[in-house]
Amino acid sequence: MTQASIIAPMADEVEFHPPSISDFFPDALFFEGTPFAFTRINMIQVIATVLLVLFLILGTRNLRVIPGRFQQVVEFGFGFVRGQATQVIGEKEGKKFVPLLTVIFFGVLFFNLMGIIPGLNIQGTSVIGTPLLFAVVAYVGFIYAGIRKHGFGRFMKNSLVPGGVPGYLVPIISIIELISTFVFRPVSLTLRLLLNMMVGHLMLVLFFGATHFFLLSFNALTILSPFTLALGFAFTLFEIFVAFLQAYVFMVLTAVYIQLAVADEH
Amino acid sequence: MDATTVLAEINGNIATIGYGLAAIGPAIGLGIVVGKTIESTARQPELAGRLQTLMFIGVAFIEILAFIGIATPFIFGTTGA
Repeated sequence: MTQASIIAPMADEVEFHPPSISDFFPDALFFEGTPFAFTRINMIQVIATVLLVLFLILGTRNLRVIPGRFQQVVEFGFGFVRGQATQVIGEKEGKKFVPLLTVIFFGVLFFNLMGIIPGLNIQGTSVIGTPLLFAVVAYVGFIYAGIRKHGFGRFMKNSLVPGGVPGYLVPIISIIELISTFVFRPVSLTLRLLLNMMVGHLMLVLFFGATHFFLLSFNALTILSPFTLALGFAFTLFEIFVAFLQAYVFMVLTAVYIQLAVADEH
Repeated sequence: MDATTVLAEINGNIATIGYGLAAIGPAIGLGIVVGKTIESTARQPELAGRLQTLMFIGVAFIEILAFIGIATPFIFGTTGA
């Protein structure tokens, strides 16, 4: 007798709905069947954008010399990005890229935080389009930074041939560097954010789905429901941390790539 | 079913243990990175901020391996059983 057939007769009314990959492909709300199909996740992305714009407008509208609480939060965010940019890229070069890094940080952060808001419950970054767009922005950003600083030829030489490589190794090394710089960087930026957010959503759904199933099955399993509920809340807090961490990692890696592109020697 | 041929039966997908295996390598890597960062911070507390940034960059590269492990069942799980 398998495990499923032991549990199944007890739960003839309540079914357990495990989270699945189909969560990320919901049915379209509008424009179904066209390339512009507008799903639940797209609506959440629009909500996240509106919230971000409101946050920035309200936060920077009446700027005072002595900041209020809300202004302090906004200023802390801006100051944090600026501090990281100047620390990683350098004082002079870093200031030029603060706007780009601020857009990436706040954009990714607000899309990520949608995953823990009750009623929305899915991250705007959990479909591949959004992380891909941010990664393309970062990719264009660091290539532009390198070409503007050094010109196309020197930038390619700097990024393909590390200093101190003996001549006969240059062909092999430059192929490896070409793949790692121009292919793996944007791909890993995209996949890291996408999979973090997908897994975060699946874990939360698993805990809250299991709580629902345990609580309503009215048998020995019901006593497990407080534990799964507590775990669900714990993982919600963890997801808030992950949302901030991933926004930070995305921003810092973009800064590191820009720094490597504008550096004089490798 | 004949007891001489089948003593125990387990069914399910072998992919479910795949993530456990995929997590071992990144787990060791994360342990080393975080441990070394703590060690370095204890030696030179004034570098804590810089070390933390470096740690998160390293963690991000290790983490991607674990996430590829999570993604593989979705890619290969649909074809195999």
